[in-house]
Amino acid sequence: MNTREHGLRLLHEMLRIRRFEEKCAELYSAGKIRGFLHLYIGEEAVAVGAMQTLRPDDAIVATYREHGHALARGIPMDRLMAEMYGKQEGCSRGRGGSMHIFDVRTRFYGGNAIVGGGLPVAVGLALADKLQQRPHVTACFFGDGAVAEGEFHESLNLAALWKLPVLFLCENNLYAMGTRLDRAQSQTDLTLKARSYLMPADAVDGMDVEAVGAATGRAAAAVRGGEGPAFLELRTYRFRAHSMFDAELYRDKAEVERWKARDPIATLTAALTSSGAATDPLLAAIETSVADEVDRAVQFAEAGTWEPVDDLVKDVCAPHDRARSSSERAA
Amino acid sequence: MTTTYREAIRTALREALTKDPRVFLMGEDVGKYGGSYAVSKGLLDEFGPDRIRDTPLSESTFVGAGIGAALGGLRPIVEVMTVNFSLLALDQIVNNAATIRHMSGGQFNVPIVIRMATGAGRQLAAQHAHSLEGWYAHIPGLRIVAPATLEDARGMLWTALQDPDPVLIFEHQTLYNMEGTLPDAAGPVDIDCAAVRREGRDVSLITYGGTLQKTLQAAETLASAGVDAEVIDLRTLRPLDTATIVASVRKTHRALVVDEGWKSGSLSAEIMARIVEQAFYDLDAPLARVCTAEVPIPYPKHLEDAALPQPPAIVAAARELVAHRV
Repeated sequence: MNTREHGLRLLHEMLRIRRFEEKCAELYSAGKIRGFLHLYIGEEAVAVGAMQTLRPDDAIVATYREHGHALARGIPMDRLMAEMYGKQEGCSRGRGGSMHIFDVRTRFYGGNAIVGGGLPVAVGLALADKLQQRPHVTACFFGDGAVAEGEFHESLNLAALWKLPVLFLCENNLYAMGTRLDRAQSQTDLTLKARSYLMPADAVDGMDVEAVGAATGRAAAAVRGGEGPAFLELRTYRFRAHSMFDAELYRDKAEVERWKARDPIATLTAALTSSGAATDPLLAAIETSVADEVDRAVQFAEAGTWEPVDDLVKDVCAPHDRARSSSERAA
Repeated sequence: MTTTYREAIRTALREALTKDPRVFLMGEDVGKYGGSYAVSKGLLDEFGPDRIRDTPLSESTFVGAGIGAALGGLRPIVEVMTVNFSLLALDQIVNNAATIRHMSGGQFNVPIVIRMATGAGRQLAAQHAHSLEGWYAHIPGLRIVAPATLEDARGMLWTALQDPDPVLIFEHQTLYNMEGTLPDAAGPVDIDCAAVRREGRDVSLITYGGTLQKTLQAAETLASAGVDAEVIDLRTLRPLDTATIVASVRKTHRALVVDEGWKSGSLSAEIMARIVEQAFYDLDAPLARVCTAEVPIPYPKHLEDAALPQPPAIVAAARELVAHRV
């Protein structure tokens, strides 16, 4: 793929996330999507930049703000939208919703809504790969809030101690819900924390999709090469509220506007236009294609079906004979 | 073959590590130290550091890593030193291991086995001696087992490893030195059914784990007083084998639950509720229970003894039940 095609593809991927989530916000207001909805708008360059460097057999562990990761990883938009609706055609059969996207086909292990809770699981996935001599990387996404959790420190330590193939990707959007990093951390340089566990750590401009791609590509290659884990801090910003129930009392509108001026989609669009790689008709065609995909996803979700209530307790445990006979006796 | 509870578990670990290359043991001091209760002594030399893995004191992360390794195709056995320490891993056990199958719509399952010591009786005070298995038995998605005999110490592990979902094994810390004999052919046992350890007509004594031997002693005392007690060992605390409990109560018409957990919000309360739901009209006396006093377990022996269920209290409670003549 040449540079031009590559740039256009990254733009297309980021736009898919942006337009999908804008539609989700609309559907939330319309009551089609319920529960918690955490939008990734503004942070698209991180998921898109990082995901392009990973292979199909690699594993992904993500957080509750993971629509972008799911789309960039290749989970079909229609199944993702059906999951947002809670329909059984959704990628987690509708049981998880926005915060718990799972997909066995792309090795996408959630969708973890306990801050920091995905890191130990990522360490274990990498341990399984290492012990079975599989050359895979586990990419573990988490936010700056997770750095305050004990599981962050325990997991970086264990991954480094056992030289496990984990790529720790810290999406630093400056706020743990409403608490700014410098109100939560005595040391705000997050790479120092990772380096103290003796793993390579870099900070990257998370608003620049090419920079994210280059940095994660290098880090993933080193991890895959058996050099142990690596850590990247991706400096980014969430343009929207934390969730749909957030009055944003904790940050200035001016700060939000300053970051919006660095919108990763606008930045890449301008670069592609000025280099002649993109023209207005081409950009319009990309927008049309994304809008069509979002429309089809909504139609798919609308046409989806509710899981029968009879299946409520299905898959709490495996339907093996032993368990069944026990529960029958208990009934 | 003469053996101990500790050796029976070690034999089971050795069997699992030998038979299944996906199995490995991970936890604090399971390797060089030999296990805090010496259960895994010698296994590091036998199986090497890839499969007998000493971990840092990071309960949440090594339990979570076990969950990840299970998702990645291995069959981890994770040892947590005591149930009190497992609270540091509660997030991983309750929010991940127990939920992932259902929350992922059945796409993923977590075949992990987590072993831990539980219970009091060795003057270890209030942070090493509680009986919190009842809490875990509250959680859908987990299977909870409590081996109380040498056969179960020897046989439950392999069966637990065949379960595609998380299994927690609670080993009462006073049992590790228990001696007895096992047939040479001893092997895997079921982890579904309660067992009738002593048959009787007059009263059902329902217990598990560390209080089974005390309850059997109490039953002998009762026998010499002319009370024929049946003793049920629950073995699996979730899912509960309600059918065996109810069948016994339908026969004896009286039931006493003996549980080292506290009464409030407990497993003993759950068992009594099920009896009331399913065998209320078979009862000839109110239900009763002997549990641990509602205090953090104290250090001095006389107070620890006073806090825990003991045979005389079991005997007294059972005699009171049979005194209710219809």
